[in-house]
Amino acid sequence: MSLVQKARLKSLWVLHFDCGSCNGCDIEVLAALTPKFDVERFGIVNIGDPKQADVLVVTGPANRRNQRVLRNLYEQMPEPKLVIAVGTCASTGGVFHNCPNVLGGVDKVVPVDVYVPGCAVRPEQIIDAVVLALDKLAGKAPKEEA
Amino acid sequence: MMDAASTLISIGLALATPLIGGVLSGIDSKLTARMQERVGPPLLQPFYDVIKLWAKKPMIANRIQPVLAFGYLGFALVAAGLVTFRQDLLLVLFVTALADVCLTVAALSAKSPYSYLGARREFLSMLSYEPVMLLAYVAIFLVTGSFTVQGVLDYGRPLLLVIPAALVALQLVLVVEMKKSPFDVSGSGHAHQELVRGVYTELSGYTMALVEVGHWAKVATTLMILSLFWAPNQLVGAAIALAMFLVSLVADNSYPRLTWQRMLKTTWALGFILILLNIAALAVGGVV
Repeated sequence: MSLVQKARLKSLWVLHFDCGSCNGCDIEVLAALTPKFDVERFGIVNIGDPKQADVLVVTGPANRRNQRVLRNLYEQMPEPKLVIAVGTCASTGGVFHNCPNVLGGVDKVVPVDVYVPGCAVRPEQIIDAVVLALDKLAGKAPKEEA
Repeated sequence: MMDAASTLISIGLALATPLIGGVLSGIDSKLTARMQERVGPPLLQPFYDVIKLWAKKPMIANRIQPVLAFGYLGFALVAAGLVTFRQDLLLVLFVTALADVCLTVAALSAKSPYSYLGARREFLSMLSYEPVMLLAYVAIFLVTGSFTVQGVLDYGRPLLLVIPAALVALQLVLVVEMKKSPFDVSGSGHAHQELVRGVYTELSGYTMALVEVGHWAKVATTLMILSLFWAPNQLVGAAIALAMFLVSLVADNSYPRLTWQRMLKTTWALGFILILLNIAALAVGGVV
């Protein structure tokens, strides 16, 4: 493995975007940063700037109002980049799937690499999803399910 | 005149400042994590971050930004070289200021309100620490009769015993320079409390990597200057600089960010009063 590849796997900066989730998944995303789970030990940090982020973590369903913002954030991130849909709403639209303003999962707007189902997801699942995303970044075929 | 061996050592030390700063940054995140009862990232994490940033696909906001990012690192290394070649401290201050100007102009060159705000706050940080640093150098001049690093080394006695208050004032300067709470107004290293990413908002990929390495060099240079306060024994000097680095980390984890007004008032009032009192005490004692 080259040095660059190793550095990419060891330093993953996360941009967290809330598409209008109920905040249940957002709290779990933040919980992953607390002392109990401490994802910073793997080099994962939460960063507010799309231009420096490697992973876009999206919670909540894509809707007509925020799809432009979501696409804009995705396009501002430089390659290589990954998208993780966190929660049932972000994966499929969840309980909001047939609302008139909801498009469905965030994969209706941006390409998603890893889906994390759950309402709300557990921090362990989010960490697992990031590990799957790392496999994808390393060029290996990701495992079938989290 | 310096001989060839010491010239090589000086060049090597100047080029090593980014490495020293990077390792210190790794120690910083490890200790910060421990203070928050976390395990924390590996010691070499800052280097992984910079290599990753370097290898990302460039998405540069405009054509001047890469030049300015190289300028930031370049001027930071020149400042380090001026210290290791025992040159004028005033020149070090001005070259460091040039590096900072490169960063702020890079931030101002992009059309982003967050970047603008960060650049203005970076200017305010410079405004808050540079006069204090300048006055500390004046105190050094009054004691040693010279503004040069060579002059401090030739003085013979530890400066800490003569101008201890100047070192306390420089502790404030170090916190601002390292961008640590409570004075991290322009761009906090961690994502605690930031308007997007402060002055770094519009930097991405290799320009951000260059600025990060330049910041390491700047912090290491400032620590080298602080170690001059015990010049006769440079190991003791390094220990003093390291202790001040640790104090900055404790401050970072103990205080929330202050407003820029409070930062300016604290550094100017405390810094100026401490150094002027020290100079006054020396004048009464007949030292200067």
